[in-house]
Amino acid sequence: MTGEQITLDSLPIGRKAKVKFLTSDGPIRRRMLDLGLVSDTVVEALQKSPSGDPTAYHIRGAVIALRSEEAKKIMVEVN
Amino acid sequence: MGLTSESTGIGVLENKLTIVKSTPVDKVIALAGNPNVGKSTVFNSLTGLNQHTGNWPGKTVTNAQGRYRHKDKNFIMVDIPGTYSLMANSIEEEVARDFVCFGQPDATVVVTDATCLERNLNLVLQTLEITNKVVVCVNLIDEAERKKIKIDYSKLSKHLGVPVIPTNARSNKGLDKLMDAVYDISTKDTASHPIKITYDGIIEEAIEMVKPKIEEIAGEKVNSRWAALKLLDSDDTLLESLNNFLGFNLLDDEELSGLVDMAKKHLVDNGIGEEQLRDRIVTKLVKIAEEICRNVITFENKQYDHIDRKIDKILTSRIFGIPVMLAMLGVIFWITITGANYPSQMLSNFFSWIEERLTDFFAWAGTPEWVHGLLVLGVFRTVAWVVSVMLPPMAIFFPLFTLLEDLGYLPRVAFNLDNFFKKACAHGKQSLTMCMGFGCNAAGVIGCRIIDSPRERLIAVITNNFVPCNGRFPTLIAIITMFFVGNFIGFSQSVFSTLFLTGVILLGIVMTLLVSKLLSKTILKGLPSSFALELPPYRKPQIGRIIVRSIFDRTLFVLGRAVSVAIPAGLVIWIMANIHVEGQSLLSLCAGFLDPFAKLIGLDGYILMAFILGFPANEIVVPIIIMSYMSTTSMMELENLNQLKQLLLDNGWTWVTALCVMLFSLMHWPCSTTCLTIRKETQSWKWTLISILVPTLSGIVICFIVANLARLLALV
Repeated sequence: MTGEQITLDSLPIGRKAKVKFLTSDGPIRRRMLDLGLVSDTVVEALQKSPSGDPTAYHIRGAVIALRSEEAKKIMVEVN
Repeated sequence: MGLTSESTGIGVLENKLTIVKSTPVDKVIALAGNPNVGKSTVFNSLTGLNQHTGNWPGKTVTNAQGRYRHKDKNFIMVDIPGTYSLMANSIEEEVARDFVCFGQPDATVVVTDATCLERNLNLVLQTLEITNKVVVCVNLIDEAERKKIKIDYSKLSKHLGVPVIPTNARSNKGLDKLMDAVYDISTKDTASHPIKITYDGIIEEAIEMVKPKIEEIAGEKVNSRWAALKLLDSDDTLLESLNNFLGFNLLDDEELSGLVDMAKKHLVDNGIGEEQLRDRIVTKLVKIAEEICRNVITFENKQYDHIDRKIDKILTSRIFGIPVMLAMLGVIFWITITGANYPSQMLSNFFSWIEERLTDFFAWAGTPEWVHGLLVLGVFRTVAWVVSVMLPPMAIFFPLFTLLEDLGYLPRVAFNLDNFFKKACAHGKQSLTMCMGFGCNAAGVIGCRIIDSPRERLIAVITNNFVPCNGRFPTLIAIITMFFVGNFIGFSQSVFSTLFLTGVILLGIVMTLLVSKLLSKTILKGLPSSFALELPPYRKPQIGRIIVRSIFDRTLFVLGRAVSVAIPAGLVIWIMANIHVEGQSLLSLCAGFLDPFAKLIGLDGYILMAFILGFPANEIVVPIIIMSYMSTTSMMELENLNQLKQLLLDNGWTWVTALCVMLFSLMHWPCSTTCLTIRKETQSWKWTLISILVPTLSGIVICFIVANLARLLALV
């Protein structure tokens, strides 16, 4: 799946991907940008919570948990 | 839990920021930073003020102030809420931004986390856009060293154009240098030359179209370049604050508002709409931070957070995550219950010995009977109960809970439980405010500010009372010990007590979720909002600090509050029990009036009245019940729980009564401090009333069902 564009929530655990663009708008988009999720940012899916959602991601040196609703609005390219 | 002496008691009601300078030359220093970078530790180390610290984002929710002296100057340090950004996506960010922008501090210290510098630089850069009087404090350098993260501080300082001071605030490392740098920046006029952030050509052109006019209107009062950028960005909350600060509406100036429109059109003509403008601004800052970090940081160990990830794999795993969480809660309760037993007994013996001496003294002094009754049987006994029953569990529970907090475990709890809250259409951070509620519901209510969406914040506020605060814990423990685990002895007794207490807490959590869901489907309709929770690195807890902080900040303060309420309450109860109207005491008259209703929900009139009189503080509910019963039965010594149990049994208690008292304790109106805090936080009597009604009605309904089911099934 190299080079393929998917939404962040479908990124398998342990895989890395590069942010391409955000499909959210308004406050959610601002939040995501503040987290440093601008294009070309490398994101790694670390692990899911016990019930499968949210998922913890490695973003610019920090570990951030995002719900699948948010992660769905982030397009990434798997490398 | 976020309990400080400021946020536990009535102090929470006074958070309006007024800075009192002892001399006009005092320097005001703003302390900014991302959440969870040890900002509060820096603040405490400098000012000696006991701002409670904990390892989870969103601790400081209001501006705390403290003072220190360095060289020949006094400094007033204002600890503003930790934020990732000054773009004001939440109330905390607004508070932070408004202070940095309009509080006119003489210098701003931005505290950053050495282990996560790149992310932190975003806030540094945003601050530098507003002011050049900035000192960057890179904190937690010991953690960074341990993780083999090497940072070239002088290079970083060159890049940013402002002083950069590495510190490890926990061990006071680097704080002298930090104070020196703050001294220099705030007293000398030699301006630093911070990094210039230059945006895309089109944006720069648009800024230039607006900037001169702002300079003309507002003069030196605001940074015109920054204000121009914000006008283009149409940041409404900021404009409001800006206009408040200036005392007039910038955009009332027709020429300026015309220029802003023109500049916006220029942007749109070149394909930069509002959303794109924001994107480009943020992207620019993020890229600059990335670039700087590439130049100044070397990760000698690429797997620097390997251990944290390993721990997370267990603590938040599918199989172990929730069991481990419950087990930890259970262990804390078990240690609390077992450990509190003996000190409680000793205190109780000690107080009854004092009571005897006091009685002897009053007899010797020949004071009237009522003086002895009022002071010893009324006031002293109530206070003695509150101290001997409250102090030991609090002195054990608080440090243990603080330990979990300090380790960084609480955000993992939020991570584990988020899905439940999502299903209840609520916010995952509600589990953090729930944890704060364990300490004090008023603090929990204030903590709800970490939730951005107003709807979800209200849900968290209304349901916070379903978590028993420390005022209710000892009551629950005492009743469990008396009525539910009496058949067990020794170790198994404490184990069953623990299981029972954990069950009660779980019931509180289940109620929280159910009621949240119910609210989301009725008066607070809506979908879950966005959720982004940081899981900070685990940190070695500071045991010494934890003990000192939790004993002095929390335990003694909360106890002090309870005692100060217990004294007048003891007086009132004794008077009510001893003033007779038509052969009946005032107390039994009131209780008689409440009795029919109270019986319906498994209580009795005295118990219900104790809950009502316990409105100022839940701690005094049980002492009031005891005093009421004692005033109607023959006097007796109450030296241990067995005798207390006998007193309760004599007054018609059964296990159903005990269960209903526990349930009602878990679910009834919040105490007065919490109610006032809710009023203040929601700015609405309507939501305050709802916050009172929701738990109260839940309690009444559930107690009614339990009591009548037991009656129907002839269980009693």
